[in-house]
Amino acid sequence: MELITGAEIMVRCLKEEGVEYLFGYPGGAVLHIYDALYVQDDVKHILVRHEQAALHAADGYSRACGKPGVALVTSGPGLTNAVTGIANAYMDSVPLVVFSGQVPTALIGNDAFQEVDAIGITRPCVKHNFLVRDIKNLAETIKKAFFIATTGRPGPVLIDLPKDVTIAKAEYHYPKKVKLRSYNPTIKGHAGQIRKAVDMILSAKRPMIYTGGGVILSDGSPELVELTQLLGYPITNTLMGLGAYPATDKQFIGMLGMHGTYEANMAMHECDVLIAIGARFDDRVTGKIEKFCPTARIVHVDIDPSSISKNVQVDIPIVGSVPNVLRAMISVIRDEKLKPDADALGKWWRQIDEWRGIKSLSYRQSNEVIKPQFVIQKLYEVTQGQAIITSDVGQHQMWAAQYYHFDRPRQWINSGGLGTMGFGLPAAMGAKFAFPDQDVACVTGDGSIQMMLQELATMKQYNTPVKIVNLNNGYLGMVRQWQEFFYQKRYCMTYFESLPDFVMLAEAYGHVGKRIEKPGDVEGALREAFAMKDRTVFLDFITDQTENVFPMIPSGGGQNEMLLAERDEMVSTHDEGMVLL
Amino acid sequence: MNNNNRHLISILMENEAGALSRVANLFSARGYNIESLTVAPTDDPSLSRLTLVTSGNEQVIEQIVKQLNKLIDVVKLIDLSETDAIERELMLVKTKASGEQRAEMKRLADIFGGRILDVTDATYTIELTGDGNQLDNFLRAIEKDAILEVVRSGATGIARGQKALHV
Ligand SMILES: Cc1cc2nc3c(=O)[nH]c(=O)nc-3n(C[C@H](O)[C@H](O)[C@H](O)COP(=O)(O)OP(=O)(O)OC[C@H]3O[C@@H](n4cnc5c(N)ncnc54)[C@H](O)[C@@H]3O)c2cc1C
Ligand SMILES: Cc1ncc(C[n+]2csc(CCOP(=O)(O)OP(=O)(O)O)c2C)c(N)n1
Ligand SMILES: [Mg+2]
Repeated sequence: MELITGAEIMVRCLKEEGVEYLFGYPGGAVLHIYDALYVQDDVKHILVRHEQAALHAADGYSRACGKPGVALVTSGPGLTNAVTGIANAYMDSVPLVVFSGQVPTALIGNDAFQEVDAIGITRPCVKHNFLVRDIKNLAETIKKAFFIATTGRPGPVLIDLPKDVTIAKAEYHYPKKVKLRSYNPTIKGHAGQIRKAVDMILSAKRPMIYTGGGVILSDGSPELVELTQLLGYPITNTLMGLGAYPATDKQFIGMLGMHGTYEANMAMHECDVLIAIGARFDDRVTGKIEKFCPTARIVHVDIDPSSISKNVQVDIPIVGSVPNVLRAMISVIRDEKLKPDADALGKWWRQIDEWRGIKSLSYRQSNEVIKPQFVIQKLYEVTQGQAIITSDVGQHQMWAAQYYHFDRPRQWINSGGLGTMGFGLPAAMGAKFAFPDQDVACVTGDGSIQMMLQELATMKQYNTPVKIVNLNNGYLGMVRQWQEFFYQKRYCMTYFESLPDFVMLAEAYGHVGKRIEKPGDVEGALREAFAMKDRTVFLDFITDQTENVFPMIPSGGGQNEMLLAERDEMVSTHDEGMVLL
Repeated sequence: MNNNNRHLISILMENEAGALSRVANLFSARGYNIESLTVAPTDDPSLSRLTLVTSGNEQVIEQIVKQLNKLIDVVKLIDLSETDAIERELMLVKTKASGEQRAEMKRLADIFGGRILDVTDATYTIELTGDGNQLDNFLRAIEKDAILEVVRSGATGIARGQKALHV
């Protein structure tokens, strides 16, 4: 029997899992692994410039194509740098398998060079983690990690690998399957509950479908579209759920929540039956819990029992995976030829259309200064709505979500749960690895882009041409907006007195850079950039510094208490809202 | 509805390094209250049994149970407060025992079904088992000044009748 090293075992396991790309950064503890990577080319290693970027790139790759993302970092600072990326994936339920080097087993606990307690540090932000102490367990542990990361509610799994384990030798045997007696996610929904839910759904006079990231994670979009169109009900998506239902369809009434449309939030507030699917009633969506959907009975479909009745008590919980549960609902409705209440629905749609008439996403166009919303609208036109869009965190993120209409799942990639500035650029790179032939744009801001800027070098090295759309307002705009509204315009530490010349910076990294200062030049610059298929182009749009994101539900407000553009010079917030984010 | 009730939750989990810290971490990270916790391997060496006492309203307890079940190392659990169950805790108390105190202390230990494990001319070390209330009652019954040291194991428990927690 052939004996091979732990490092070789790891690389072979990755190959068997069909891993194309490993995003990583070397160091002492993982040198043996790098040596094993050197002699093969099945698994392509992508050398990032910061470990956080390795995680975000693996994350962006996974969100774009649905396969698990894989990353490798060294012990100590390598691992601590990766933690933000791990937490980011955890909050948005992205399947990742992360390998971290560790000091040799004999030194663990001795404050050895570059030792940190990786298991302890990551415990609260992984789905699970493993320390492999014995090479005999290595292959099986890797199998378990992929299994846990990709099934049930997905999430990141970390494997901490002491250096001696990567050097030790063992026979290679990769199990085809693993079973864990303590882990067995429920996929199929309870038939009785589904039956009850269908009755409640069809009894609705003012129904509302509210769906989230779970539909995208489970590839449940076809079932969602079928059910929604069978019912003819209005549908809204969370920030994480955009694209699961085509935004250009008439039944889609926009995103909901803090920066959702007037019609989506009003319909939530007034509905009598709420059908929540793969969404977790986040505080950005519910606003003040006591004022959330005051007249609704609620059905909730989620694979994670702990998502159900966590923030909002629901009437009919269904634990199961979106496609399975929705298919079962569709069968019941079709088999029994059930029909919604057409009269009530007609009336409800007339009400919703009235709310739509408010046009809550309108903004005042200017001939002098570039409006950020206008840039996104043009981006949508120029890419014909087909590009994969990643974003960073801030106002630009909200405008991208509001003004780019996503018609397919996995087209919109952003950091929702953790809200990690710096996510956008490496995520775009990861998405480009997944789909080299598709247009990928990263919508970012002057603050966020500077958090992972070094990845421009990685993008040059591997030639992953991305279009960077920087909405440069010179401010940490989202925070400035809060200071304007809730802190009487005391703009403490949100104005950048010094910003780099982004054009020169792009050029310094070997890319194309362009600054755009006039509204009339926006479209041309975008067209030119997307015509350069094989180049990364940094478009620095100098935008209106004072623009705010509307609509907005101030913290502590109810869903029907939105601030709309123009009308509200104001703004006050509820006192108790001041402690909220 | 907002009654903070005491719950005795008993968990079978993988007997692996780190499993205990996952449970403890969950309670601190999510701000759940933890009153006591005991853990030891079972007859099946691959499993350990962890019993904890927590409190919260119905909604909080429901989340605690769901979050515990979500931990990969947790195989099964039971909320013993929801069934007919036996609860036991072990307590060791070192008391002063000299002069008149000596006979009185022995008498109280007998009443509460305690055993004197160690004797010196000035002290007794008494072992008691019972549910939390019984142990509290004993401590209330003896003179406060007489207590030198108290060690409690934390509650553990088992369901009555046929019901058994196993894999
Ligand atoms: C600056 C900023 C502003 C924001 N403003 C808004 C806003 O206005 N509106 C908004 O909506 N969000 C907003 N967010 C995002 C918000 O913080 C949350 O990330 C988001 O609302 C959560 O989306 P979700 O409910 O779809 O849950 P996700 O985080 O996407 O969770 C997915 C859910 O689906 C479940 N699931 C996973 N797989 C399956 C499966 N196979 N079957 C069934 N269920 C499954 C999971 O268990 C989980 O409950 C904002 C974020 C930032 C940074
Ligand atoms: C790593 C990190 N630090 C701080 C924050 C808090 N924060 C949220 S939005 C924001 C401003 C972002 O500024 P910019 O990228 O310029 O975007 P803008 O809002 O101006 O469009 C800040 C600081 C965060 N989300 N992430
Ligand atoms: Mg900015």
